[in-house]
Amino acid sequence: MSAPATDGRPPRFVRIGLPVVLLAILIVAWELVVRLKDIPPYVLPAPSAVFTTLIVDWGVLSQSLLVTLLTTFEGFVAAAAGGIALALLFNLSKWLEYSLFPYAVVLQVTPVIAIAPLLLIYLPQPIAVVVCAWIVAFFPVLSNTTLGLNSVDRNLAGLFQLYGASRWQTLRLLKLPAALPFILGGLRIAGGLSLIGAVVAEIAAGSAGAGSGLAYRIAESGYRLNIPRMFAALLLLSAAGIVIYGLLALTSHFMLRRWHESALGKES
Amino acid sequence: MTDSPASQEADASQAELAVTLRNVTKVFDNGVIALGPIDLEVRRGEFVSLLGPSGCGKSTALRLMAGLNVPTSGSVHVQRRMAKLSGSHPVGFVFQEPTLMPWTSVRENVRLPLKLAHVPRAQANRRIDEALAQMGLSEFADAYPRELSGGMKMRVSLARALVTDCDILLMDEPFAALDEITRFRLNNDLLALWRSLRKTIIFVTHSVFESVYLSQRVLVMTARPGRIAAEIGIETADPRTEDFRTSAGYAAYCRRVSDALAPSYRGGSA
Repeated sequence: MSAPATDGRPPRFVRIGLPVVLLAILIVAWELVVRLKDIPPYVLPAPSAVFTTLIVDWGVLSQSLLVTLLTTFEGFVAAAAGGIALALLFNLSKWLEYSLFPYAVVLQVTPVIAIAPLLLIYLPQPIAVVVCAWIVAFFPVLSNTTLGLNSVDRNLAGLFQLYGASRWQTLRLLKLPAALPFILGGLRIAGGLSLIGAVVAEIAAGSAGAGSGLAYRIAESGYRLNIPRMFAALLLLSAAGIVIYGLLALTSHFMLRRWHESALGKES
Repeated sequence: MTDSPASQEADASQAELAVTLRNVTKVFDNGVIALGPIDLEVRRGEFVSLLGPSGCGKSTALRLMAGLNVPTSGSVHVQRRMAKLSGSHPVGFVFQEPTLMPWTSVRENVRLPLKLAHVPRAQANRRIDEALAQMGLSEFADAYPRELSGGMKMRVSLARALVTDCDILLMDEPFAALDEITRFRLNNDLLALWRSLRKTIIFVTHSVFESVYLSQRVLVMTARPGRIAAEIGIETADPRTEDFRTSAGYAAYCRRVSDALAPSYRGGSA
């Protein structure tokens, strides 16, 4: 555990290597403790047992992973489209913003886990799950897009006015590009949140016995004391979240790298 | 909203006036009297500077001429000539900052006014190339604004104003943020441009030296509310060069303009 910090920032391999080494140490320690103490798998499964379950149960788990990912994706797309569209409407009409924005906040601050059971009563389960993901994820898109649309350079707006730009031209050529970094930031948060929304809804639906997503597998395995499978499903969920975040961050980087400060490398 | 509110009485004597302000005042929503009343006439092809302390309303006057703001009272008249090219705009505006779109290239920034006017692409490309060449930017056409120096960005901003083939160029302290060497070069380029294109230029500045060097007429403004306190014509041999900057005549004009400016500092809050 030696990190030779010569001048401020340690080298790249230390920054990446350190958490990896820490993970390896933890896994080995965990495995050793379980083996040496002879802890039964229904109390605490060893990492090797979790890994074995992941392979043996891959058929069931991968099916569930696909279901959860699809829900997350649908919720994310709905949140992105809904959030951006709503922000654009707010930008066009202050009246609409004043009348609707408080309810967007209410929807955001009410815990989704408390809304989910109600949604499951009134909506068919596949739709209720997507709506849950949407409720959690749309707000950051909405508020970030609103912020972005309002942060247009005043002189540039004057220039568009001077040259007689139409509303549509101003939106397409000025407001949306100016808001893009903010929108991408909102989407990055929304990606993780829609996964959370999907999981919450699946858990709520799980007790109704109709789900088949990863979160449902976790709940179901819990009832059956199949603890290794709980860990395996959790591992997959976590990996899914990391991949979603990574993909969105990468998209954001490629869309902004030519001009925005946030995406500029140290070399420039 | 884009057209400047104009009183359309175009009698014969006004025919050669490019910009006319009559009894114009501007009061902001917060009650601050920013401008006026001022009367101002700028002839076609003239280079006029508006000189004054910060906050004297000279930028406000310019924004009124551009039609970006509406006067509280009085009339602003901008003479339009028949457009020779599609997408022509009578007024070009250069802001204090380059005001470029950071998300797109120099070429696309210059294209903006033509794009907004739906000029056919082939024609637009030709005119963009011309404007870029005029400002010495041809090899930077595909660069992004952040890759350019402050002076270069200002050139792009100028090229964007020129691409519309405007008659009147309104410039709001365009070179204030630049270092002196760059500013002198841009001063000379602007004078050369004015001589060859014969545009009407109204140039807002707070630099006595810049106003005397560039313009045919310096209008000195008082502190808030801005009024025109003095008008000083600068008469020298026409192609002004760097020699003018060091001549005795230039120094004398600078002193006269400074003297005219002095009361507005004493009287103002600054």
